[in-house]
Amino acid sequence: MMENIPFWASTNFWKKTAIWVTAGSFVVLIFLTFDTMRQTMAGSVRVPDYTVINRHIDYRYDDRQRRSIPVIGGEAPLFGKIMDASEAEKWVTLGKKTIQAKNCMNCHTLLGNGAYFAPDLTKAWLDPAWGPETVRPQLMKMFLMDPEGNARTYGSGRKMPNLGITEEEAKGIIAFLKWMSSINTNGFPYNFKTGG
Amino acid sequence: MVRAFDSNYLNGGQKLAIKYFSVAVILFFAQLLFGLLAGLQYLHPDFLHGILDFNVNRMVHINAMIVWMLYGFIGSVYWFLEEESGHEVVGLKLGNLGFWLLTAAVTVVVLVYLLVQTGPGNDFTRWFINEGREYIEAPRWADIGIVIVMLIFFYNVAMTFARGKWSGIAGVLTLDLIALAGLYLAGMFYVTNISIDQYWWWWVVHLWVEATWEVLVGCMVAWSLIHILGARRKIVETWLYIEVAMMFGSGILGLGHHYFWAGQPEYWLAIGGFFSALEPIPLVAMVVHSIYDAGVHHLRNRNHPALAWIIAHTFGNFLGAGVWGFMHTLPQVNLYTHGTQWTSSHGHLAFFGAYATINIAFFYLAVQRWRGDVWMGANLVGGWRWKWALTLLSVGVMGMTIALLIAGYEQSFIERAQGGSTWSAYFAAQTHPWFVESMAWRMLFGWVTVAGFVLLVWDLLTVGKYETRPVEALAEEPALTSA
Repeated sequence: MMENIPFWASTNFWKKTAIWVTAGSFVVLIFLTFDTMRQTMAGSVRVPDYTVINRHIDYRYDDRQRRSIPVIGGEAPLFGKIMDASEAEKWVTLGKKTIQAKNCMNCHTLLGNGAYFAPDLTKAWLDPAWGPETVRPQLMKMFLMDPEGNARTYGSGRKMPNLGITEEEAKGIIAFLKWMSSINTNGFPYNFKTGG
Repeated sequence: MVRAFDSNYLNGGQKLAIKYFSVAVILFFAQLLFGLLAGLQYLHPDFLHGILDFNVNRMVHINAMIVWMLYGFIGSVYWFLEEESGHEVVGLKLGNLGFWLLTAAVTVVVLVYLLVQTGPGNDFTRWFINEGREYIEAPRWADIGIVIVMLIFFYNVAMTFARGKWSGIAGVLTLDLIALAGLYLAGMFYVTNISIDQYWWWWVVHLWVEATWEVLVGCMVAWSLIHILGARRKIVETWLYIEVAMMFGSGILGLGHHYFWAGQPEYWLAIGGFFSALEPIPLVAMVVHSIYDAGVHHLRNRNHPALAWIIAHTFGNFLGAGVWGFMHTLPQVNLYTHGTQWTSSHGHLAFFGAYATINIAFFYLAVQRWRGDVWMGANLVGGWRWKWALTLLSVGVMGMTIALLIAGYEQSFIERAQGGSTWSAYFAAQTHPWFVESMAWRMLFGWVTVAGFVLLVWDLLTVGKYETRPVEALAEEPALTSA
């Protein structure tokens, strides 16, 4: 009969277990969220300040950690000038808003998240396809403003459509991509070979 | 004799549910249509280029999916709300207003997606055109509308149970809806820092899909097993609590598997890997649960198509969300599979297996009652249609899943492990014959899925129409004996 069932099979036991497990998991998540926010705010060790776009950025294999990590080097001003904190943030913000407004994430991935019709943008700034750093911003700007005219499909036939990206927006996207490439992503993408 | 649809057979909540289900089926079609267009663009990149680009088709494909599932869930809850609470829906007019508000908002959002598509890189675009964040692309004005509609829905559910009677299902459902509505707020602010942006974005996407939605469909399965099989409430509700404990116990911290590579601290590798490896356990429990209940009743039930779809749900949930999720959830594997077609393989089977199936089961419950509790048991007139619809949809989605999995494997090896993850390695993988052939097979199975959908709609519109027998009576459940 029902009253003979052991306590661990009773409805009441599982009701209480469900409540305690859910509440406990959520409390742990809240603690971890506070810590993660602290460790990922712009200017932290893992996520550099936006002024990092004034510096040389690389992504090198680390023998001790057995994975690639971002390496921040000396001065390498973007668009020919060193920017202060507010100006750097202004360009990166314009880039982020443009990337959202142009719905980039439904073809590309950012930090590996998005759609898979076009290449990942996590380390796009460092990709060898864009050549040396001296010409990279100019090539990227030309491409973003006229992706069809400057298309390289690598034999896939896939072309990025013209999205009406202005020169300002293109510069913003480049600043955003440069900043994003400096984020410590625990070794993702694996085995990535930079353009130097 | 023809048994027409007759709304006099329905209570107030059920009439409202029929509206939600109708829009859900239309959006299901939109999901398939734009999925086909996006799939074709993999094979023929110039197809609709500059008119409906891949990003637009893919956005409508996944948004239509999310929204038709929500319509199905809301409709299902309204479907059983009055029977479960023993009380009329307290704010039926308000509920109807919510339905029309939501439907008008969805229509405008889709039209803007298709006709305007993108905007300049400023706040206006994010508020009125497109937020550009996968799955929650709806512009901010629509977000606010969605929250208002969810509050109306929550009010109706909570107040109807409060005025009527509470049950285990009612309690779990009400608390789950608070979490579901509250989590949406985590996706409603702008931040430039993409690591923080994606942190909160996953709160919405993961904690909906891999936690609160799972518990919501757990409530739907629990109610339907009682209703279709006559399963004993005490047993079903105990199972529901066990599933909630395991689902939230694994799913809340399983969120960590999205924080491996997006800038978050290293401890998420261990936490996310461990807890998401536990996520399949409640899904196994659901399979055991449904098979146990069906077996105890010797499969005697009131609605064969609905029970078949519930069994398909438990297996599909376990296989798609559980097995396919587990296959690439450990960070040691995910380093190579993250951001490849592995994810879309998992996504296709999981969303179909976990959510499309249970909504379809409720569509069958609805049409049965709508025709006046008509027979839907053995030797159903035209019974081949629901069996073939289930078969074609399952084979179609499974075929797409396998094809995408092969493409994902190929990407992991050629682009990631060998090629060094550069753009040229990406395209080397995309143009490899193994990838191209996989995309062709995916397309073929996409068409099979569409054929299954056509048959499903035909069946939903006609099943029971020529039946003269009333619904099958349920067998008495055998008494529980002590060990």
